Amino acid sequence: MLAYLVWALLWAAVQASLLWSVGFSLPVAASDALLTNLLFTMGGYCMGTGLRYYQPSLREAVYLLGWSLGLAVISTMLFYWATSRMFREEDVYLAFVDATLAVRFLFTWLMVLLLLLLSWFWFYTLERQQDEQRRAAAEKLAREAELHSLRRQLQPHFLFNSLNSISALVGARPEQARIMIQQLSDFLRGTLRKDDQQQVSLADELQHLALYLEIEKVRFGHRLQTAIEVQNETMHMHLPALLLQPVVENAIKFGLYDTIGDTVISITATAQDHHLLLQIQNPYDPETARPQLGTGFGLSSVQRRLYLLYARQDLLQTKQQESQFITSIKIPQKL
Amino acid sequence: MMKCLIIDDEPLARSMVAEYLRRHPGIEVVQECGDGFEGVKAILQHQPDLIFLDIQMPKINGFEMLELVEQAPGVIFTTAFDEYALKAFEANAVDYLLKPFSQQRFDAALKKWLEKKHIGTSESGAAELSEVPAKQPEEQLRIVVKAANDIRIIPVKDVLYLEAYDDYVKVYTAGGLFLKKKTMGYYERVLDPQQFVRVHRSYIIPLSQLTRIEPFEKDSHVALLKSGVRVPLSRSGYSKLRAVLGI
Repeated sequence: MLAYLVWALLWAAVQASLLWSVGFSLPVAASDALLTNLLFTMGGYCMGTGLRYYQPSLREAVYLLGWSLGLAVISTMLFYWATSRMFREEDVYLAFVDATLAVRFLFTWLMVLLLLLLSWFWFYTLERQQDEQRRAAAEKLAREAELHSLRRQLQPHFLFNSLNSISALVGARPEQARIMIQQLSDFLRGTLRKDDQQQVSLADELQHLALYLEIEKVRFGHRLQTAIEVQNETMHMHLPALLLQPVVENAIKFGLYDTIGDTVISITATAQDHHLLLQIQNPYDPETARPQLGTGFGLSSVQRRLYLLYARQDLLQTKQQESQFITSIKIPQKL
Repeated sequence: MMKCLIIDDEPLARSMVAEYLRRHPGIEVVQECGDGFEGVKAILQHQPDLIFLDIQMPKINGFEMLELVEQAPGVIFTTAFDEYALKAFEANAVDYLLKPFSQQRFDAALKKWLEKKHIGTSESGAAELSEVPAKQPEEQLRIVVKAANDIRIIPVKDVLYLEAYDDYVKVYTAGGLFLKKKTMGYYERVLDPQQFVRVHRSYIIPLSQLTRIEPFEKDSHVALLKSGVRVPLSRSGYSKLRAVLGI
């Protein structure tokens, strides 16, 4: 706003001194210049404010041209009307106004266009900056997600209970204990290795997930069953590394601790117009389920990560259906 | 021969305890249970001397299970979570084993239990245990009660109000009245103070149930609840209620 005002005053000073130098009296020159510049600056300001809320594409720029033309016509007409009323006695000046009206109109239009261009450029850089900030935040969060994911594996839940299972197996079934140690090591190594690669193929992520599921199945025995259904064409689609595992971990915990008896966790992957659609389903008890579903269950960090990576809030969705809790994740694919 | 139960939702964790127990021929494992419901039944049925109890289990956790047992046996907790240790120890549980644990550590726990039993203090364990304020979030969200023949999990949002009743607390819900062996002080500490207010020595009400505060005789007030019940407000209860409501 202030910038516009300074801009208008600057041009007014230039114009006034010009008029003065060709022989008009100071008040006439000054008011002429102020009026002209005030009018077109107001026009430019209107359009600039419009741009703040609506950034047109190149094709729509034609409308802007039309709008600026209209504004120029209006402000020239206003100028003509105002001068003819303010300076009734100054015949020479009025004749001068008449003669220069076309030039004034063109000048006003150019000025409005210039202001428009400047503000468009201003908002464009602003958005670029915000984009940059968002990307930086996304990278930071991805790093934190890896650390967090690792830390979670190292928490009692998973690691200590797995070690306890191994300890139990050592006595009775040493062969299986050895297999589980290997699986646990591969899983932890996979979690560590994935720091630098942002995107992995679904096939890779499923392989990592399989290790995790094998360990959990040894822990919980027959209570935990999984059904994985993956369309062939999705295997080469991409998703952010370590995104699927926390969601499945969530589903397992929720399913196992909220119901009695066997728990089937199903995971499906389908392709849907340039998106990879993942669905993770677990049973739950609608009567006793905790009220803060979706937030208390570690899904919020997944949602946040998706937002920072794709700038979309609608990629993670949950629904409850006949004692099944379904988490759906859409991953946009690069074309 | 002494009897014990192993209550844990992970089969391998149960077999681990069973294996360590083989060195103690005087103790017999009468049953292994995969969740708290089975655990309550088995305790009633077998009257064991000792139980090995996991905390994180399906539906109801180990602490909640203990609340449902009138005459609790000696308890040794076995868990991977050390954040509950304080709660267990303050409550005089025999011991608290962090998974994975060694045979030596396990033997030490048993020895501790035998010594306690010898002095005759093991009975006190579970009763006091349930009065220690809960650390885990579940207990702010639900109340586990025993009704006639089954176990009910009441989400706290379904509670109409709580009333003191000797050594018990009456839990009123739309589905009926349940008795819980707890104190009003316990619920005052555990429930979210922004949602539940102890308005009287004998009453705690959820704010969501409150429809009106009416004057009653001189200088005193009653709260009218959605269910139509009128609950007396003590002087301090009335001011507490006003503070929470911001009036």
